[in-house]
Amino acid sequence: VKRVSPCRPGPHFMMGNIALAEGAIAAGCTFMAGYPITPASEIANRLSQLLPMVGGTFFQTEDEIAAVCAAVGASWAGKKAMTATSGPGLSLMQETIGFATATETPLVIVDVQRLGPSTGAPSVGVAGDMVQAARGSHGDYQLIALSPATGQEMFALTVCAFNLAERFRVPVIVLADAFLGHMKESVRIPSTDEMEIVNRRLAEPGTDPLSRNDFLNPSVAPMPVFGRGCRAHVTSSCHDAHGMRNLSDPAAMHAYVTRPIEKIISHRDEIVQVEADYSKGDVVLVSYGTTARAAQAAVNAARGKGLHAGRLRLKTVWPFPDVEVEAAARAASSIVVLENNLGQLLPYIRAAVGGECPVHFQPPERLGQLHDPVSVLQLMEEVIP
Amino acid sequence: MKPPVHPLKKFIRPHVTRTTMCPGCGNGIVAAAILRAIDKLVLTMDDFVFVSGIGCSAWIPSPLFDADTLHTTHGRPVAFATGVKLGLPEKNVLVASGDGDLTAIGGNHLIHAARRNIDITVVLVNNGIYGMTGGQTAPTTPRGISTITNPYGTLEPPFDIAPMAVAAGASYVARWTTAHPRRLEQAIAKGIQKKGFALIEAVSQCPVQFGRASGIGKAVDILKYFKEKSLSLKKASGMTPEETSGRIVVGEFADVEKPELSSQLEELRERFRRAEA
Repeated sequence: VKRVSPCRPGPHFMMGNIALAEGAIAAGCTFMAGYPITPASEIANRLSQLLPMVGGTFFQTEDEIAAVCAAVGASWAGKKAMTATSGPGLSLMQETIGFATATETPLVIVDVQRLGPSTGAPSVGVAGDMVQAARGSHGDYQLIALSPATGQEMFALTVCAFNLAERFRVPVIVLADAFLGHMKESVRIPSTDEMEIVNRRLAEPGTDPLSRNDFLNPSVAPMPVFGRGCRAHVTSSCHDAHGMRNLSDPAAMHAYVTRPIEKIISHRDEIVQVEADYSKGDVVLVSYGTTARAAQAAVNAARGKGLHAGRLRLKTVWPFPDVEVEAAARAASSIVVLENNLGQLLPYIRAAVGGECPVHFQPPERLGQLHDPVSVLQLMEEVIP
Repeated sequence: MKPPVHPLKKFIRPHVTRTTMCPGCGNGIVAAAILRAIDKLVLTMDDFVFVSGIGCSAWIPSPLFDADTLHTTHGRPVAFATGVKLGLPEKNVLVASGDGDLTAIGGNHLIHAARRNIDITVVLVNNGIYGMTGGQTAPTTPRGISTITNPYGTLEPPFDIAPMAVAAGASYVARWTTAHPRRLEQAIAKGIQKKGFALIEAVSQCPVQFGRASGIGKAVDILKYFKEKSLSLKKASGMTPEETSGRIVVGEFADVEKPELSSQLEELRERFRRAEA
């Protein structure tokens, strides 16, 4: 047996995708299904080494559809399950992401985003899936998506993604990008006693589904995972709280659509994380992911020049941090939105700002290149009254 | 005297008193064959996880069977079932779904599951047409039949599913029709017992869509047609393709032992456990 082992606690110099894989192991992931794709492949490569060593399973599928389906199946078998892909794979997974939200399945999906549309440019980081991550499957639903900005967060937000998936029985998408996935930087692996690990609540074994409410509970129902005599009835078709199909009652349809959404939205304060660093009267840069690093550099430079500059970084992008954006807008003289795309979250940010202050948008000068902090600083100087 | 209770009622969810199947549908025969096989093997519903896709036959286990059931998206039950099996290798995982689900939209998953030889039993109900959506051509529809989407007759030859599963690597493959319920039951029992990928193709009647499109008629007419057209694999092996054309070749197409995926993965984990100790 080849000797490889999960990274020991302490400082490391590692690739973002590897840090993410280490985070999955730390979170208790025991199942990954995946299909090779640039720039996400290193996650599968690493987990194929590590999972069998920790009693888990790595499974390479015939396509991304099978990968996400197998992960959902493994989650119902009681495993902490994940898959990892890039934009083209996420497009293929969309139907099953809807299935996972409708069946309230804990699941982590990593999307190491690359330049699209279509096959695009595989090794170039563009945050092109920000909306399809949350709105790409048909119907109304709500999931959770996180946006790491550093190698350290590739680890930490992956742990967080598993915890949220287990806590709320929902798919959680980690929206990294090619820059972050492939960049090597300093990552500190925490020791186990520094980490909080959440496990799903389980339904009472050996009971009848009609005696339980396995679904549609906004406070999160215990999960009747398979193999414990729960005789769970799991379907993504319109169902009642017992999981039994109901395709005729309008009240049942309403509850089927709205309650899993309410489950997430009513807990949004527990879910949403932002990094807020602004004061009254600042020009506030709103950004997320890799771009937030350019925002931070620009704010530091602006402050060095004595300018009133601040920033808001969205670590959680879905459910959308509307309250936090609105609060920033109330304080700000104006808001500058930085996105490494043509403005995917901009309409949501504008809606949250709601006219509280002017909103400016700056994409990178060339798509696929990171923002130059100098040009961000220039824009800030222009908009400062 | 207590009223008689159907011997398979113990396997049915107590509150489910109706089926969604049309009168004369073959799904009842297939469902009964699955449950009799489980009964004969002296297994319980707690030994199983049932997975199904979308289509009429996907409603065999869901909501009928009093067990853990996963009713999935169209074409993907084998992919979901693979994840369930890898997560719960000690359970029997049985997929029940149709020809459209498993060989059209889900064909690739079926082929790869057979290649991997993962220990799943697939009962593929082949009625030669899309029933639920109203009688469209399936990849299994016989050439020349007029359907809703081939009103001037189908132009494509049908899939020969059982030999395809053999070629892909399945450990156990059998084909019977709903006119052979006991053979079907025996094949399903063997499939459940087989440590490896098992495909049981159940050629079944859809009187509402296929009966009408083919002109064969109602359920009894189709069952008679199945009996008449069935040809044992043994007999067929000595015949030319022209001679077997239009016949339903039935029997066991494969029954072999070969390495199975979930147990190989368990051996891998065991190697690491031993290395650790």
